[in-house]
Amino acid sequence: MSAAVETHTLPGWLNALKNILLFLLRSPTSAFGLAVLAVLILCALFAPLIATHDPYVQALGNTLKPPGNGHLFGTDELGRDIFSRLVYGARITLTIIFLVSIIVGPVGLLIGASAGYLGGKFDTVLMRITDIFLSFPSLILSLAFVAALGPSLNNAIIAIALTSWPPIARLARAEAMTFRKADYIAAARLQGASPLRIIVKSIMPMCLPSVLIRLTLNMATVILTAAGLGFLGLGAQPPLPEWGAMIATGRRYMLDNWWLVTFPGLAILTVSLSFNLLGDGLRDALDPKQMNKR
Amino acid sequence: MSVSVEVRDLSITFGEGATAVKVLPGVSFSVQPGECFGLVGESGSGKSTVLRCMSMLTDFWKGDVLINGRSVRDMPLIERCRTLQMVFQDPYGSLHPRQSVRTVLNEPLVIHKLGDREERMRRAITDVGLPVSFLDRFPHQLSGGQRQRVAIARALILEPSLLLLDEPTSALDVSVQAEILNLLQRLREERGFTYIMVTHDLAVVDHMCDRFAVMLRGEVTEILPRDAIDKNRATHPYARQLIAASLEYEGAA
Repeated sequence: MSAAVETHTLPGWLNALKNILLFLLRSPTSAFGLAVLAVLILCALFAPLIATHDPYVQALGNTLKPPGNGHLFGTDELGRDIFSRLVYGARITLTIIFLVSIIVGPVGLLIGASAGYLGGKFDTVLMRITDIFLSFPSLILSLAFVAALGPSLNNAIIAIALTSWPPIARLARAEAMTFRKADYIAAARLQGASPLRIIVKSIMPMCLPSVLIRLTLNMATVILTAAGLGFLGLGAQPPLPEWGAMIATGRRYMLDNWWLVTFPGLAILTVSLSFNLLGDGLRDALDPKQMNKR
Repeated sequence: MSVSVEVRDLSITFGEGATAVKVLPGVSFSVQPGECFGLVGESGSGKSTVLRCMSMLTDFWKGDVLINGRSVRDMPLIERCRTLQMVFQDPYGSLHPRQSVRTVLNEPLVIHKLGDREERMRRAITDVGLPVSFLDRFPHQLSGGQRQRVAIARALILEPSLLLLDEPTSALDVSVQAEILNLLQRLREERGFTYIMVTHDLAVVDHMCDRFAVMLRGEVTEILPRDAIDKNRATHPYARQLIAASLEYEGAA
């Protein structure tokens, strides 16, 4: 407990964030994850500055050029610069991850925490609904949703969100069940706190670390599902430079023009790998025993 | 503001049908205003269950618990919270690990819509002998004794008149135990609290309680005054045995 005397120059949560970042940077794998995420965010923010060409402009006299000659990663079947399309694709990927996480996290957390804390019939009903969603492979369920709603990026996001909250809810429920009998919950009840208040103020903060970790690990799956939907033509629609869709169109030329699928594929691989590594690092960083050190 | 407590035929059964276990067959005792009443007995004798029933943490019991003649069942939640509070056994488990002392003390004030929060929090934390700067600490930055003081401050902040103490010192070091007991003693003298204290340490009873009940398998075998310990004036064989064992242990130690 050497950290008993903490500096309070920063607000509590900002300080905690700083500590978590420092912890992540200490291990090479999570530092790599963090670095790739930083590059991804920078790419998305400054896409017009980084991209060498307009990602949408076709140059039919310049199709299927191998890497080099002013095109870092070559050009695709319509003469568009693949590097620029990848850079702009970072925006789409980030949007998908961000929106899915922002929907899935709170929904899963709320459902799981209330099911775990309240128990009884409430728990049974919510968990059976979760079971139903869990029993479908997520890509198939997303496919069904997108097929019903019509193919577009937004619908892909909704479909992915609909399929990825159940594991989070399960996790939050399991966590909540270990805390519901704790003395501090009993104390909160004795102070007259309503069940909603207990769930939001006492249970949720306890579930949050594992949910965050799960969410980060989930992001890799989200990217892959989004790419899969894009590949099947049910996600982002042309001419949007979505990585999965780029692979799908590049597939036809794959044998002679390897760069069409290799670079988007590498991008997907790197980003999902880095999210996995980051999630792994977060698990250590948010471990309650580690928490005690800060 | 001292209150009297009357427990009549308190009984509770856990489980249903063939697997039902009657934990308390029918407990009765009464506590005078401002008294410290001890509940002693071996593990599993139902001491803590009595407290959990009285505080309505467990609510499917039968019988009556009257505080100043009013049944705790009939009290609205808000009033009940401001009448009785509980201090738990394990200070490592009774404070939310992610809430600062300030949050712990502020929550009840928000729930009960009380004003002067800063002032009340300062008073509560100084009452239990901690500096005001501790308000910004988290439980993991506190020692066991300090945590228990915070837990007591949390119980005090709603200004209850009855405190249920569930082995408040058994998880603590001997030297810290004395501190906490003296703190509780002082608070009782200052505020006229009524205490009901569960313990299995007769030395604690001797130090704190005016009278105590010896429990065995959910039943009160005998209610004795404090000075019955010294000469072992218990009449029930189990109570005699318990006190004799305790005296012997202390003689040996």
